[in-house]
Amino acid sequence: MPALPLDDAGPYVAAAYLVFLALILIYVAIMASKLVRIARDLDEVAELIERRDETRSGAADESAEQPVPR
Amino acid sequence: MAAVVRKDVLVELRTGEMVPAMLLFSVSTFVLFHFALDRRSVEGDLAAGVLWVTLLFAAVLGIVRLFVAEREQGGFDGFLLAPVDRTALFVAKATVLFCFLAAVELAAIPAFAILLLGPSPWDALPELLVVLVLADLGVAVVGTLVGALGVQTRTRELIVPILALPLMIPLVIAAARATSPLLVEGATGGIEGRWLLVLGLYDLVFGLLAFAVFDFLLED
Amino acid sequence: MFARGLKSLSIASVVLIVGAFALVFFYAPNDADQGFVQKIFYLHVPLAIVALCGFVAGGVFGIQFLRTGDRSHDLRSYVAIHISLILAVGALITGSIWAKASWGHWWVWDEPTLVSFLIVFLLYACYQPLRFAIEDPGRQARTAAVFSITAGAFVPLNFLAVRLAESFTHPRVLSATGGSMPGEMRLTFLVSLAGMAVMFVTLWKYELTSKQASMRLRALKRRLADEDDRWVPAGRSAAPQEL
Repeated sequence: MPALPLDDAGPYVAAAYLVFLALILIYVAIMASKLVRIARDLDEVAELIERRDETRSGAADESAEQPVPR
Repeated sequence: MAAVVRKDVLVELRTGEMVPAMLLFSVSTFVLFHFALDRRSVEGDLAAGVLWVTLLFAAVLGIVRLFVAEREQGGFDGFLLAPVDRTALFVAKATVLFCFLAAVELAAIPAFAILLLGPSPWDALPELLVVLVLADLGVAVVGTLVGALGVQTRTRELIVPILALPLMIPLVIAAARATSPLLVEGATGGIEGRWLLVLGLYDLVFGLLAFAVFDFLLED
Repeated sequence: MFARGLKSLSIASVVLIVGAFALVFFYAPNDADQGFVQKIFYLHVPLAIVALCGFVAGGVFGIQFLRTGDRSHDLRSYVAIHISLILAVGALITGSIWAKASWGHWWVWDEPTLVSFLIVFLLYACYQPLRFAIEDPGRQARTAAVFSITAGAFVPLNFLAVRLAESFTHPRVLSATGGSMPGEMRLTFLVSLAGMAVMFVTLWKYELTSKQASMRLRALKRRLADEDDRWVPAGRSAAPQEL
């Protein structure tokens, strides 16, 4: 098996390492989109809690403050 | 367990649902290979390859249907209610699959000999039978496991082949390598023990595995 | 639950992987036979080894799940197999590039480990379709666990069979070096392997934490929406939806 000179071998090695980089970054991108969805869900939950607090305080003045689920 | 085996065999004898179809498929595949390879006869490596690939695909056809009756007609529940060890169902189904495979091969191998095989398989018949039995055992074990996995899904006609084929590759390797010296003109009749060992190991490992794990597939 | 140690693991991954690559290009000597192309070895082999260990780990978690019924083991199994699959794709592509550079073909049947790896990959590629095809979550988890155990047991058997099949006719093509590995190469390889392994665990914990967070949020939404009746159930999914 003759060794490829550096000029020929370089692109192959570079390609291999770039594939590795690409896989990692694609994974990061997918996880990022999941994080965006989590943030959106969090906003919805916050909004639902606000709405519940309003109806609670509106409905019964003396109702004890429910602990917010953590 | 014997009851399940008897029931399936009787159903098959009466309705002839699976074995004739598997046989027809095998013969058609031999014809297909004749045209695809553009050869009048095959021998040695090529013969072994054609034979095992065909048998494997025919087996997959049978595996897809193996548990369907149980699933659709509530046979699983009936079995679960009985005071019987659940792995008995696995042994029963594997036995049934083995029998069906043997029945198919009984007709398919002569068909192969007539249609495509160059040299006569008679000389090495005992060795061929040994390889067939060991390999069929492996197919029966893994096939039943994959069939049970597949019957839970909605797309079992797709899931079963893509699961079964990679799992059976070591089996095909060993079976084909073991068979190829037998399908040669003037076969002297010595199998390399190495491949029989691999087949045996495969059967053992998957047999034990399936035994240990089959219970969990029936729970519900 | 899963996030413990995630920060230190991620830092360790960065240090090890960057360190490994630095060693590859500045420290390890050029191979006598293959020249510069051999550097792919430090990427390809750790990817493959870690992927295989990940698959087997998926099987181990499968066993744990079937024994205890604790759904978190199912989640661990799912994520381990998921990430190993990604690494396996990387191993196959880098292996192919290496084959093209050394041998002139994008695929060589002569290299038994590469072939075994392809078979294992084809098998595990069925994991997600299998899960997706089963709707009931309990049955999905149990079936997936059985599959992960079967496939995990298959990995060593497969390598044995393929090695037996090929090694007697063709010599090894993509061996690391002609003979034994000199010290500098061995060190580089070990650091690379360690880096890949730590990176795997980091990504694994990362995904576990993320999934757990979204599960918890979904449960919260459900609790809060009870009164409003606005909750929409999640659609079919291959991934575990609840712990």
